[in-house]
Amino acid sequence: MNLPQLLFLVTAAVTLFGAVMMVTSRRMVHSALWLILTLLGVGMVFVHLQAGFFAVVQVLVYVGAIAILVLFAVMLTRHSMNDSGSQTNRYWIPALLMTLIVGMLVTFAFLNWPASHLAMDPMTGPEMDIAKLGLELVSPQGYLIPFEATSILLLAALVGAIYVASDHKEK
Amino acid sequence: MNFFADPVNAITSWLTAVFTGWGLSPLVSQIILTVLGAGLLATTAMVFVIVLIWAERKIGGRVQDRPGPNRVGPWGIFQSIADMLKIFTKEYITPIGADWLPFNLAPILAVAAVLGVWAVMPLYSTAAGSRVDVGILYIIACGAIGELGIILAGLSSNNKYAMLGGFRAVAQLISYEVPMVISLLIPVMYAGSMEVGAIVESQKVWNIALAPLAALLFFITSIAENGRAPFDLIEADSELVAGFNIEYSGLKFGMFYVADFLHAFTSALVFSTIFLGGWQGPAAETIPILGFLYLMLKTLLVYLFMLILRFTLPRFRIDQMMNVNWKFLTPLSLVTLMVTAVVDKLLSAQTLVIRMGGLWAANVILWLAADRCITLLRRPNHSRFIAPQRPLARPELESSINAEPGGQA
Repeated sequence: MNLPQLLFLVTAAVTLFGAVMMVTSRRMVHSALWLILTLLGVGMVFVHLQAGFFAVVQVLVYVGAIAILVLFAVMLTRHSMNDSGSQTNRYWIPALLMTLIVGMLVTFAFLNWPASHLAMDPMTGPEMDIAKLGLELVSPQGYLIPFEATSILLLAALVGAIYVASDHKEK
Repeated sequence: MNFFADPVNAITSWLTAVFTGWGLSPLVSQIILTVLGAGLLATTAMVFVIVLIWAERKIGGRVQDRPGPNRVGPWGIFQSIADMLKIFTKEYITPIGADWLPFNLAPILAVAAVLGVWAVMPLYSTAAGSRVDVGILYIIACGAIGELGIILAGLSSNNKYAMLGGFRAVAQLISYEVPMVISLLIPVMYAGSMEVGAIVESQKVWNIALAPLAALLFFITSIAENGRAPFDLIEADSELVAGFNIEYSGLKFGMFYVADFLHAFTSALVFSTIFLGGWQGPAAETIPILGFLYLMLKTLLVYLFMLILRFTLPRFRIDQMMNVNWKFLTPLSLVTLMVTAVVDKLLSAQTLVIRMGGLWAANVILWLAADRCITLLRRPNHSRFIAPQRPLARPELESSINAEPGGQA
């Protein structure tokens, strides 16, 4: 086992541990913190794949914005978030079975996928260019339509949020 | 390699030779060197805070017409060291009901986030911790981690004032991130790269001369991100006692304190790196260490300006603070970005003077238009304070009181 593999295994272990702790911890604040650890772990995986841009965006968007929003929601509802009830319901055995089956199927599919046995190609200079990513996002041959559709969706969400948040005066 | 011209690389190559002589593999020696360098940079920055705190208190004193610290040592220069020793000996108090993990994680995050920014800062032409190709985004991401620290502190302290400070932190820091990021896009656009070193090298003319409005917006928002006056609503002492750090004692409070001062200095460093040409200056290419001198000189000037603002201006009210951001800075930064992009594209083939003139004209017109918009769109002040009717001790005498002027109600 070489150093990158070891690093990847440690990162994956920490990420999975964070994910499990996130769904099992009883306090919402702790859940949010474990979620942040998980997201940082995913960012580390991006670093491992030499995708520095995605790693930083992962931290910026998910840790910097989404996790802080989760924390904010926890702050607003502080005392109703201390759950003391049972953490499972009566369907936990079927749920466990389904999860195991789906997980095994996905693993099986990946093992049979020929590309998963290839060694990772080290990226060289120009391929890591962010300008290429930007051009690809706005070129009509590339991802222009999904990109614009996403921006319209976000704009609609923004307008909706402002409408919900504003106090409507009765006329 | 000359030691005096380029000490960092001289020491690095010497140590590499030493480690290779011991028979270590290049990878291991590089890891050791990276850890050493990071530790040294972080420690130097933290120790430098001792001087910063003294300077800030002294300058603050001078601005407000008082002597400042003047008892411990000549001009009070050992005051911070005495304070530091005192803070080391204090007890750590964890309030009842505090959430242990976030409560102790918060000060660490606050300091670590600020120190993280130093990793991508080019100190002079050949010395930078790391030349990450997304340096600007990395700086902003570090800022987000710092916000997380403040929010966690407010949330976990089990204190209403700390909680309010945390709420304000969310409102202020996240809001002011928007115009800050947008105004940072303009230097990125000029340099064609998000790497901090490349942005410095691209500044044959300082970015402040090409994008004055972006520089102003970044300056304002970085003060707001620091949470310093006039944006010190997070720890407004007259309203929230101490805000988010109220329950912290001893070195845990000290870490927030260090993070605060270091954050202000780091903002000045980022400003002078991105808008004032970083290490660029006369002979900075041939004698690299001069670049460090220039960088520190610029940074200290910006820092001094921040201090004078801090000790001069009164605090914003919370609604004013939000209004300034969402109704003025954010639209202005968006319009500035678009106008700058168009004007710079139109004038890119022209000489430098024409390009600079055009950009300045566009910026001044934008600023005047924004100023005019504020005047025209100003709504009548609805929140005018109307004094309630004061209760009278003897209402039956009211008519006689009103009748005779000078009577006391």
